[in-house]
Amino acid sequence: MDLLHSLQLTLAEELISVSGLILLLVAAWSGDKAARLISIASVAVLVACAALAVPALAGAAAGPDTYAFGAQYKADAFSAFGKILIYLGAAVTLIVAPAFLDRFNAMRAEFPLLVLFAALGMGIMVSAGDLLALYIGLELNSLAAYVLAAFLRTDDRSAEAGLKYFVLGSLASGILLYGISLTYGFSGHTDFAGIRAALGAGVMSTGATFGLVFVLAGLAFKISAAPFHMWTPDVYEGAPTPVTTFFATAPKVAALGLLMRVSIEAFGSQPGAWQQIVIFAALLSIVIGALGAIGQDNIKRLMAYSSINNVGFMLIGLACGTQAGVSAMLVYLAIYVVMSIAGFVAILMLRDADDRPVESIADLSGLSKTRPGLAVALAAVMFSLAGIPPLFGFWGKFVVFQAAVQANLVALAAIGIAASVIGAFYYLKVVKVMYFDDAADKVHGRNDLAHTVLLVAASIFLSPLGYLLTNWLHLLAGNAASALFHA
Amino acid sequence: MIQAFAFYLFAGMMLFSGAVTILARNPVHSVLWLILAFFNAAGLMVLAGAEFIAMLLVIVYVGAVAVLFLFVVMMLDIDFAELRAGFIKNFPLGMLLAAVLFVELFVGIVVRSAGSLQLSHASGTAAPAAGLTNTQAIGALLYSKYLFLFEAAGIILLVAMIGAIVLTHRQRGGVRGQNVSKQVARRPEEATINVQPEVGKGVSL
Repeated sequence: MDLLHSLQLTLAEELISVSGLILLLVAAWSGDKAARLISIASVAVLVACAALAVPALAGAAAGPDTYAFGAQYKADAFSAFGKILIYLGAAVTLIVAPAFLDRFNAMRAEFPLLVLFAALGMGIMVSAGDLLALYIGLELNSLAAYVLAAFLRTDDRSAEAGLKYFVLGSLASGILLYGISLTYGFSGHTDFAGIRAALGAGVMSTGATFGLVFVLAGLAFKISAAPFHMWTPDVYEGAPTPVTTFFATAPKVAALGLLMRVSIEAFGSQPGAWQQIVIFAALLSIVIGALGAIGQDNIKRLMAYSSINNVGFMLIGLACGTQAGVSAMLVYLAIYVVMSIAGFVAILMLRDADDRPVESIADLSGLSKTRPGLAVALAAVMFSLAGIPPLFGFWGKFVVFQAAVQANLVALAAIGIAASVIGAFYYLKVVKVMYFDDAADKVHGRNDLAHTVLLVAASIFLSPLGYLLTNWLHLLAGNAASALFHA
Repeated sequence: MIQAFAFYLFAGMMLFSGAVTILARNPVHSVLWLILAFFNAAGLMVLAGAEFIAMLLVIVYVGAVAVLFLFVVMMLDIDFAELRAGFIKNFPLGMLLAAVLFVELFVGIVVRSAGSLQLSHASGTAAPAAGLTNTQAIGALLYSKYLFLFEAAGIILLVAMIGAIVLTHRQRGGVRGQNVSKQVARRPEEATINVQPEVGKGVSL
């Protein structure tokens, strides 16, 4: 093992760890006064790390040259794609969080540090080449996430969200670990290449199948795919809105990346064993996400069901088990992250006269008259999530369904399209409330520049102008997917 | 032969106490059964020749449960008279568990001296390196092959610590902290005053 080469490949992780430790000392000595400064420094670190990942992605890095520490860590194009999205999500969280938390007098210097360490864990997750790296990255991310969900500790709903997330997350971690130990026991390896070689293409032993099922169940919890989605609405609703923004973006990317790596790299020789599980989870997530959202009156809960629904569509890409399917899934994932950012930044801008957050959908009525700009942006997000053609959200669904049809999963694609029509109902309901109902005149409050800039940038990406990026996005997603298949 | 006997003893006891852990109605009893389950798992590890993991199980888990108990005893308002009555009532069960543990300890020592259980390996990779105790073998792997993950695990512990502080630490007013240099520098003249009150009048403090 060439230690120096390994250290070069893990530069992003080292940068985040060292700057996290230094900023922790700053936080310890200067207290919460330094919270803004630490946030700005953390955003700078995250942007720098995202920039570090660009060469690997653009150069389609793959193969043994990208393996660090004996293939426990893989700095290939796939991990670079995931990391750029993860660091983007984390940076946006840090940009929007201070204003929100300040209003509750809850901005503390540890907030950006927890986000930074969570991003470190997620970077390890998408780069994992070994079951141990998978688990350590996942736990690092989850522990930080539990604390972030409960960050408004004087608020009952936030504390409840933190506790629920912690208890259910620990259970999922236990299931995942059980699966990992079974997989190790029946294959004799923890590294993905070793597992793949040991399982071979023949009949899979019952023990290894159990291991696979438990590992997938544990990961399905982390991506909030049905039937392991129960925690999502409560946690999304209870957690502070910037933290919900974080949960809807970065950890989703990390856990989906991990799921793709485990399925393709570790269990790639046994596609039949996991494809049916993924298809089942995809269908159930799409249907539960679409039906569950109908009765919701809180917009954060609505977004939670929308995320379950979208994860289902993304899993269709994985269910294909082909390079085109994974590439389509990555395109969808990138578009979904921007849609989530736009949606939650818009939700953060909804505040009443006392500067308290407005979360009820009924209170949005007549928003088009009081705040036309915000209403347009929110409507663009809703249309985009529904996948209505001129907007960019349509493209993600289109490429995923195209990959499914090419992989002879026509029935799956047909059910997905039918369910997306059900989904369109509740997205359009929000638009209807904003544009056609009498003004409730609830939303007031000035908005700071950072939110406006983020919302405008994300809305332009989602607008038909986004189609100018399709070639570029497909090239990068193709690089990432090919790295996964030519490991 | 005796290895196989010890294996089934430990494994059977572990499964039994694991089942009772989730079936027992009294949470304190559950915890006691859990200790027994961990103890038997440690016995299995000794049989397999992994004495380091066995000691880890006993120290970390049994120790952690003991500390948890201590916290419960400290935090709850426990009526000690009632506890003593409970002690008499639970004495036979406690003695039984102690006897089981003692017998197992004895069997474990006998078996250990007769040579450890030979495990079959799925591949040759799990076999320990010759001439190393397994503490040395784990240490050598942890600081070379698994260096990256070991350091990352350290960050997890740091995050857990930060999280605990974030969720529980709060600034309270009116707390008198220690100021060592000020306390040491204090002289008797600053701390006491000498007054001569008139008869029938109090002193004002």
